[in-house]
Amino acid sequence: MNFFFEVLLGGLLAGLMYSLVAIGFVLIYKASGVFNFAQGSMVLFSALTFVSLLERGIAFWFAFGITLLIMLLLAWVIERFVLRKLVNRPPITLFMATLGLSYIIEGLAQLFWGAQVHGLELGINDEPFEFLGILLSQFDLFAAAVAGTLVLLLSLLFDKTRTGIALRAVADDQLAALAVGIKLQKLWFIVWAVAGFVGLVAGLLWGARLGVQFSLSLIVLKALPVLIIGGFTSVGGAIAGGLIIGASEKLAEVFIGPYIGGGIENWFPYALAMLFLLVRPAGIFGERAIERV
Amino acid sequence: MTGRNFLLNLEHISLSFKGVKAVTDISFGVRESEICALIGPNGAGKSSLLNIINGVYQPDKGSITFDGKTRQAMKPHHAAEQGIARTFQNIALFKGMSVLDNVLTGRNLKVKSNWIEQLFNLGRAPGDAVFQRKKAEEIIEFLSIQAWRNSIVGNLPYGLQKRVELARALAAEPTLLLLDEPMAGMNNDEKYEMSRFILDTQREFGTTIVLIEHDISVVMSLAQHVVVLDYGKKNRRRHTR
Repeated sequence: MNFFFEVLLGGLLAGLMYSLVAIGFVLIYKASGVFNFAQGSMVLFSALTFVSLLERGIAFWFAFGITLLIMLLLAWVIERFVLRKLVNRPPITLFMATLGLSYIIEGLAQLFWGAQVHGLELGINDEPFEFLGILLSQFDLFAAAVAGTLVLLLSLLFDKTRTGIALRAVADDQLAALAVGIKLQKLWFIVWAVAGFVGLVAGLLWGARLGVQFSLSLIVLKALPVLIIGGFTSVGGAIAGGLIIGASEKLAEVFIGPYIGGGIENWFPYALAMLFLLVRPAGIFGERAIERV
Repeated sequence: MTGRNFLLNLEHISLSFKGVKAVTDISFGVRESEICALIGPNGAGKSSLLNIINGVYQPDKGSITFDGKTRQAMKPHHAAEQGIARTFQNIALFKGMSVLDNVLTGRNLKVKSNWIEQLFNLGRAPGDAVFQRKKAEEIIEFLSIQAWRNSIVGNLPYGLQKRVELARALAAEPTLLLLDEPMAGMNNDEKYEMSRFILDTQREFGTTIVLIEHDISVVMSLAQHVVVLDYGKKNRRRHTR
């Protein structure tokens, strides 16, 4: 029984790592109704920038600050030169733009910092420790705490402030939002900047775990099932989705894997997500589309 | 009526889309606190004209004077800042949000506290939130939609959605209100009700209103001033009462 809980808890904690990536998507989806394909590149770009600064002997928090500034600048450039031109265009246009952005950002990362794999040490012990007879990873607990704090901050920001309502308004109808005087440009800059910040945090944690390398941008694909299950519009949903994916993929791997040959972990989340699409297309916490026919 | 100043003046406005003339050399003025109706067949350029006033389109030629200032190229949110609010021909509400939240977005520009204050509920934020809510409730009561305050807008019947859209526009306390076919698709009772709300708005708040409407009996009972558009050109201007 202890073994079961160990797998379950390990899965839940690993799931929060997925949630961290998924939150970045939710922010931009909320503000523009678009799946931001470039989120993975932003994660990679920020982690790579941070680790390269660190390797040049810049202090931890200083490097963090500089990277954050660069992410803000990136958000500003994206809003000013790409999104601003695309107001009122169909979501597929915006999606294609983010697809393009994703490769440009990846290219820039390579141009500035090269293509080597970097190790990243955050100074957190990754030795497992025992708690009530269950082995837990300190690093995972730390990541979970970070994810929790981020979610709390973001939900305060988006539920308690007018910016939150303005965000939902923009996602609903851009033209109407403009007509009531909502400044779309400012709002888009804010969400891309916050998504950049979330990307940086996710990049550091994932980078510390897997090494900072180009495959980091592929965690976009791991975030997809999380978003489908949790709903694209809910920060809390991203957390729940991450927990479900994390726990179920680890449990499936350990308990079903031996019977059908293992390697389940890689495709199980997608199978689960497809099941969800059939049963509850808006996800657990997503806003249900309301349509009058 | 004639003693009042012009709040809005359009002079020689022309607009074309890729060579197709939508509006050709239109001039007219709207006086303070009057209801002005734009009528004409479909495709006459009525909505285009509203979109020009609202800053969605920029005219190719001509000038617009609003509230004493002749304007340069502008964006819709500039129009909102100057006190121009509008409703749309095909309702453009935030469908996933409640009636109250929709009305509150209308107060977007009236919010005094900044996001840091709102986040921590400090400084001006608590008082501001109460004030905005109170103002929103006043509008909701004014248009008798209290019963649907917390309903999701997308679930409401069409006539009510039109009313919620008017509520959102009124929440901004506009000096100029643009209504694009506020009664399209309504039955007679609903039309009568909507007419009453429009007249009440004018009387209560002194709002200047420019509206587009096809039902000529409604136009005659509402408007003090009618502008007739015929394929982008102005045909006639008449004061009804």
